[in-house]
Amino acid sequence: MADVNRGKRPLSPHISIYRSEINMITSILNRITGVGMMLAAILIVWWLLAAATNEAYFDFVNGILTSWVGLIVMFGSLWALWFHFLGGLRHLVMDFGYGYELKSVDFWGWAIVGLSFVLTAVSIFCLATF
Amino acid sequence: MTYKTDMARVKGLGTAKEGTHEWWIGRLTSVALIPLTLGFLWRVAPLIGGTHAEVLAAFQSPFTAITTILFIMIAFVHLAGGLQEVIVDYVHGKALLVVLLVSTRLTCLGMGFAGAFAVAKIAFGG
Repeated sequence: MADVNRGKRPLSPHISIYRSEINMITSILNRITGVGMMLAAILIVWWLLAAATNEAYFDFVNGILTSWVGLIVMFGSLWALWFHFLGGLRHLVMDFGYGYELKSVDFWGWAIVGLSFVLTAVSIFCLATF
Repeated sequence: MTYKTDMARVKGLGTAKEGTHEWWIGRLTSVALIPLTLGFLWRVAPLIGGTHAEVLAAFQSPFTAITTILFIMIAFVHLAGGLQEVIVDYVHGKALLVVLLVSTRLTCLGMGFAGAFAVAKIAFGG
């Protein structure tokens, strides 16, 4: 028998119902940063291929990566990398069954957001200095 | 009456027949990427914006060349798995799903190979 009530049944609560929490943000940010880094990954492969081709082509691609648009992508991806790195480490710890207490979830959620910016700043400082 | 355990009776009966393989590859590659990412940030990231000669010189070091090749290949395997996970979650409709799964997987395969080849070519002498 056809389901006459299809589409009219009540749905289980979804994200629009719940109060926003840090773990919702870090969860989706881990996906966004992961997918977002695809652009930088392709640019860096292009840059390596250019280096393997010749100096003129390398200078061209190197110039694109260090143009202001390129630098926004590179530094944005550096933050994404640190965030995804810390989020991934946290996931690995959670795979062993640790860190599920509510206090711990909130603390580490904010901690990886904060640390991602700190590590981005530290690595930009190191890149600029050394 | 059967002497099989509950687990043995239900194994392989889910819609996907198996399910831990992608998850396991994701974990395996993420563990490998911990040191490789740090190595890449340390040895290769500073070369962006540098001169052609500096890049050629850097990959003369076997350590830098090998860790960079491993980083590129494993990062693209990790990326392909992550993209697949996101695509199967959000894309509905069989045709678009298959097109995206095939194109992202092949792109990652190509990119990983291209990056590894570029580093190897420089390392083996331009």
